Amino acid sequence: MALRFEVLGTFNRARAASLTLPHFRCQTPLFMPVGTKGAIKGLANDQLEEIGCQIILGNTYHLELCPGADLIDELGGLHKFMNWRRALLTDSGGFQMVSLLHLADITEEGVTFQSPVDGKSMLLTPEESIQIQNKIGADIIMALDDVVKTTITGPRVEEAMYRTLRWIDRCIAAHQRPADQNLFGIVQGGLDPVLSYAIGGLSGGEEKDSFWRVVAQCTAALPDDKPRYVMGVGYPLDIVVCSALGADMYDCVYPTRTARFGTALVPEGVLKLKHAAMASDCRPVDPTCSCMVCKRYSRAYIHTLVTKDPMGSQLLSYHNLAYMMRLSKDLHNSIIEGRFPEFVQGFLQTQFPKGDVPQWVCNAMEAAGIDISMCCSPFPFSGNS
Amino acid sequence: MVPVAAPTHSFCVHLPAVANFKLKVKMKFVVKAWSTNGSRARRGKLNMDGLEVDTPCLLLATRKGLPHFITPDLLHSLHPTARAMQISPLHFWDCPSPSTVEAIGGVHGMLSMPEYGFIAIPRDSVSCIPDPGRSTKFGASFETPFGHRMAKPVQYMESICALKPSLWSSLPDEVPSWVSDKRNRISVDRTTRWLDDCLAMQPTGSESALGAVVGGTSIEQRERSASEVASRNVAVEVLQGVAAGIDLFDSTYPYLLTMGGYAMIFPFNMEDKLFDNKASNVEVSDIGTDSVKINLRATIYRNDASPIMQSCSCYTCQKHTKAYINHLLNTHEMLAQTLLEIHNTHHYLQFFEAVRHAINVNNFNMFSSWFVKHSGSNL
Repeated sequence: MALRFEVLGTFNRARAASLTLPHFRCQTPLFMPVGTKGAIKGLANDQLEEIGCQIILGNTYHLELCPGADLIDELGGLHKFMNWRRALLTDSGGFQMVSLLHLADITEEGVTFQSPVDGKSMLLTPEESIQIQNKIGADIIMALDDVVKTTITGPRVEEAMYRTLRWIDRCIAAHQRPADQNLFGIVQGGLDPVLSYAIGGLSGGEEKDSFWRVVAQCTAALPDDKPRYVMGVGYPLDIVVCSALGADMYDCVYPTRTARFGTALVPEGVLKLKHAAMASDCRPVDPTCSCMVCKRYSRAYIHTLVTKDPMGSQLLSYHNLAYMMRLSKDLHNSIIEGRFPEFVQGFLQTQFPKGDVPQWVCNAMEAAGIDISMCCSPFPFSGNS
Repeated sequence: MVPVAAPTHSFCVHLPAVANFKLKVKMKFVVKAWSTNGSRARRGKLNMDGLEVDTPCLLLATRKGLPHFITPDLLHSLHPTARAMQISPLHFWDCPSPSTVEAIGGVHGMLSMPEYGFIAIPRDSVSCIPDPGRSTKFGASFETPFGHRMAKPVQYMESICALKPSLWSSLPDEVPSWVSDKRNRISVDRTTRWLDDCLAMQPTGSESALGAVVGGTSIEQRERSASEVASRNVAVEVLQGVAAGIDLFDSTYPYLLTMGGYAMIFPFNMEDKLFDNKASNVEVSDIGTDSVKINLRATIYRNDASPIMQSCSCYTCQKHTKAYINHLLNTHEMLAQTLLEIHNTHHYLQFFEAVRHAINVNNFNMFSSWFVKHSGSNL
């Protein structure tokens, strides 16, 4: 078996688990940094291990373009190529095609697109996607899904859902390495609650209130003994909510991308290091963080670097990923140690000190069975807060 | 101290650029070994702020105190002698303010590197280049990625006092070697005057100034400049300061190679077998690979699962292959620059160690001839 999933603790729908993969034993809930083209921007493997990174995501589309799955295979697989000892996950390649290639056309056979190299018409079938991912050799591989924008409604949504199911069968049939690569199916269906099971295609700008409801429906319907991966999520707040609703794995480019714009992730939300006020602020980026960047540098020094020197992006990416790893660990440990509601309450109070917790979060927490009344204003005990 | 772009065939004597820095206080610098046989090369120990470095010593080029692509955790394990850093006060001209720098604890506190030596020199060869055309009698002008910056002695010393570097150079009026005699004289005059200005404003109790010596290729002007500097109690004798015996080198060579996608591979160990034949192959040199460096962008490396150098103990060679770095360069990933800067800096530091060893065993002249013979002409 390429994967073992063992729930170690729960609070209502939330669960903390051990996810054993061929290359690493992981703890969930967990966040996976995106190493699009075989590297996390500017960070070396030792640093990623130091901050507690467990699984890295690689984009099949980009890796097939450069250096090519055949070359990766020739050199012993992506783990060996990158010299990454822990776990890897590759996506199917479908999402990039739909989002990057304007002329992508989806038929029953597969995804037709124009090759970005020479403009020739090319076809990515479920079988081919699996073949490419077999060569890359990640611990977890994704089935090719018929991706639709969440903003689309009508018969296309239903078509996508059924086609995705047919494609999953084809992916399963084509998978050559079930013993060392675990195949994840992505369920599609947009936001239509009748079709449910959608955990893919949810990070494209849909309304938050719809977003959490779909996640909640999926986690309710999907089996308990398998991990649930919400692709493309995301903001720390979204991860806390989805974990409360029973999801286990997340990926997003947000932490590293926002670092390149000079924004740090902090318990209060975000800190824009570009801001003029930072030029004389001698405090660390996040006083509660024990990462290398927060232990060594002041906001003033980081301000000097951001948007001007590559070192600024490197240091902030380092901190932001350390923050996400810490969040993952806090979620896991608080569930195991029976203090998950307290953790959620503390998280929300720090992010929304005035009590202005968004309504969708309140609705979601109600569904998750977590009392957050003390986080929302008007506060239950009036007077000095 | 000379901005050295590459190892030359007499790397302790040649002065390719025009500014030359001398050490002020004798008691912090001790010569441990002299060469005989006519060479002026010498081994020494420089003590600054408790950090002891062996000379001749390479100062690592930095951008605002850190290497361009190497974070401090990776820097720490880069090489045992990777402890002396060049820093330009001009990098901090816009921010943070001197009062903020002081509040954070000077350069050592700001960078959280108390055990490192920081040598403040106004110029670097990458992003803070002297602009003699714009310099005036009031201050030196520099060209930076963010526009022209004028440094007057007052501002310069305000920055020095806030940064509190281990050593610092006075402000020179640096000019290229092809300027007129008149401009050369003016450069010496200004530099001497600014040296006085800087010394007058230096932090009390500090004895860490380096007097800048300029004068182009005119020996006479350099002697005049050097003697002016020496008369202000700079310890090293004038003759040695002007000719050979340079002890500290700042260099952007590792950085420039990194930016070009090159890895340094020249041999510096005389006991090593003659170097890999591939590198001296004529076809290979078409792709920019020679006996000094390899061009990791070249497609011949795309499936090369070997490290840059088998014998190299740097992080990059221990952990990664040429194929992976080739891929990172092709996909424009910054990790390529990080890995290359680590290797190139490590390699260059190893080279300096070989130089020090050669002087130690009084073998310097033979080492130089051997090195010239095996490095080829593309330096």
